Amino acid sequence: MSILVYSELKDGKATKSGLEAVSYAKKASAVLGGDVTVITSGAIEGDGGMGAYGADKILNASEATSDSQQLTRLVAAAAESTGADTIIINHDATGKLVAPRVAVKLNAGIVAGAIDVPSNEGGFKVKKGVFSGKAIAEVTVTSAKRVVSITPNSFGLHEAAGAGVVESFSADLGGAKVKVKEFKPTSTDGSIPLPEADLVVSAGRGLKGPENWGMIEELAKELGAATACSRPVSDIGWRPHHEHVGQTGIAIRPTLYIAVGISGAIQHLAGVNASKVIVVINKDPEAPFFKAADYGIVGDAFEVVPKLLEAVKSFKNN
Amino acid sequence: MNILVCISKAPDTTSKIAFTDGNTKFDENGVQFIVNPYDEWYALVRGIELKEANGGSVTTITVGGADADPIIRKALAIGADKAVRIDAAEGDPGSVAAQIAAYAKDQGFDMILTGKETINYNGGVVGGMIAEHLDLPYISLATKLDMNGGVAEISREVQGGVEVVEVDGPFVLSAAKGMAEQRIPNMRGIMAARTKPLEVVPAADVASNTAISTYALPEEKGDCTYVDADNPAELVRLLNEEAKVL
Ligand SMILES: Cc1cc2nc3c(=O)[nH]c(=O)nc-3n(C[C@H](O)[C@H](O)[C@H](O)COP(=O)(O)OP(=O)(O)OC[C@H]3O[C@@H](n4cnc5c(N)ncnc54)[C@H](O)[C@@H]3O)c2cc1C
Repeated sequence: MSILVYSELKDGKATKSGLEAVSYAKKASAVLGGDVTVITSGAIEGDGGMGAYGADKILNASEATSDSQQLTRLVAAAAESTGADTIIINHDATGKLVAPRVAVKLNAGIVAGAIDVPSNEGGFKVKKGVFSGKAIAEVTVTSAKRVVSITPNSFGLHEAAGAGVVESFSADLGGAKVKVKEFKPTSTDGSIPLPEADLVVSAGRGLKGPENWGMIEELAKELGAATACSRPVSDIGWRPHHEHVGQTGIAIRPTLYIAVGISGAIQHLAGVNASKVIVVINKDPEAPFFKAADYGIVGDAFEVVPKLLEAVKSFKNN
Repeated sequence: MNILVCISKAPDTTSKIAFTDGNTKFDENGVQFIVNPYDEWYALVRGIELKEANGGSVTTITVGGADADPIIRKALAIGADKAVRIDAAEGDPGSVAAQIAAYAKDQGFDMILTGKETINYNGGVVGGMIAEHLDLPYISLATKLDMNGGVAEISREVQGGVEVVEVDGPFVLSAAKGMAEQRIPNMRGIMAARTKPLEVVPAADVASNTAISTYALPEEKGDCTYVDADNPAELVRLLNEEAKVL
């Protein structure tokens, strides 16, 4: 038995998602046995930081690619060369391109969006969120090989020593059919991308108009948080589409979610209820969101948020 | 342009989620089924818009029993030209993808569109699996799709931004928000849908590699701790000392 992880590199280092996948694999290896090998592509600096999270071996293909067919050939070749029967990939933008393809190529069952490490009692089983976070399913995989893609932030980073040996690796990747023309960063001001954020400040229709978002952005900035919004807010065009969280937007699981002037409709909750701690600020004490909240303030956002901002500032200064 | 759109049946977003048979089956009692929103609002509508602009036809495909027919009729009412239902019990994502790929293999589709995931199983893997079966390029989480001659220009969400890519057809794509605006079927569409073909084809012989063994509901939250609106500093203290998130 052996475990193969696909991790992306950025500036020579594993991304946060990549490290989470390595951490997960290390934990899974305690259940399944075997070593943890990582496959990466593109320039790597040292072991890319992955040895410290449990990577025993890192196979590095020098040529970087983001084409799903090429990446699939790379991961499948690494799986073959290491004899891996469990392939672990993050359920992020790249993972969503690659994991399903790798599963077909290896004739492996796939569990997409795992939220816990596998158990191996009475068959290989992994838990994942279903019904947009309203339930959890335990999926049994019956094939000899399996692909598990893990929900970002569901497992976290856990240091655990691995040998961290780096070897170069090459495979016939074929040509790329998808040509990348341009990359447009979501924000150029260095603010945090929503799916990766640990802290999120979100606001809804209760804010009345786009001109009132300044205080939300300021609070987010002070906390080092990303900003998000409810669906009607992005539909009317007060905020960009990529900030829309919920059942039909992005599903997130930050450690802290602060919801301002959001009612907490079931479709909104579906995308945020996996957050570790939820704070709700709403002037309506009957707002359904309070039922899902850990902490609540019943009050007018236009009075509460500026005061909260001051409180956060003085907390930061002490 | 010959477009295939994958349509799946999903419980309405307000459905109460409950299970039966020792937590092994979703309780469909009183549940209203809809077209999976990503399939309908984004993939299907964009497919129809492209057909309206460039000519061709939009076919929907669904793996499932006759109980899926009402949602298939809705897709026809919105503007698809014809529908195919593969007569197999809806299984795991691997078998659904294998069924669709087996059908699509020699139909000469220029593109195959899916929603980014279903709102019941939240896997988001069917499109990628179809692409691998058919050895086609795959673009996930697409927010924009334009055709310039035979070349598609697609924007997709990636970590920290949006990537704009170009691909020659045929290809498989999964659609996210931004791709199109929801369309409400009108009376004429609903009448026309009754006469559009819904072809039922037998299932291919494909295996399942996964099965859901049990379901559970998430742990209930404890009670909400209220903080006075005049004293947000107390909230900051609680988040720091009690919840340990600051
Ligand atoms: C199929 C489907 C999918 C959907 N998917 C999503 C989704 O993914 N994400 C999503 O968010 N929604 C989704 N929705 C919409 C959802 O049902 C709600 O309509 C939406 O979440 C409401 O947004 P809101 O809370 O911002 O606005 P509202 O419902 O208008 O609520 C505004 C809240 O602000 C409070 N408020 C007003 N003024 C103040 C003030 N001065 N200070 C403090 N509080 C104030 C009010 O008390 C109220 O609770 C979906 C709906 C459908 C039908």
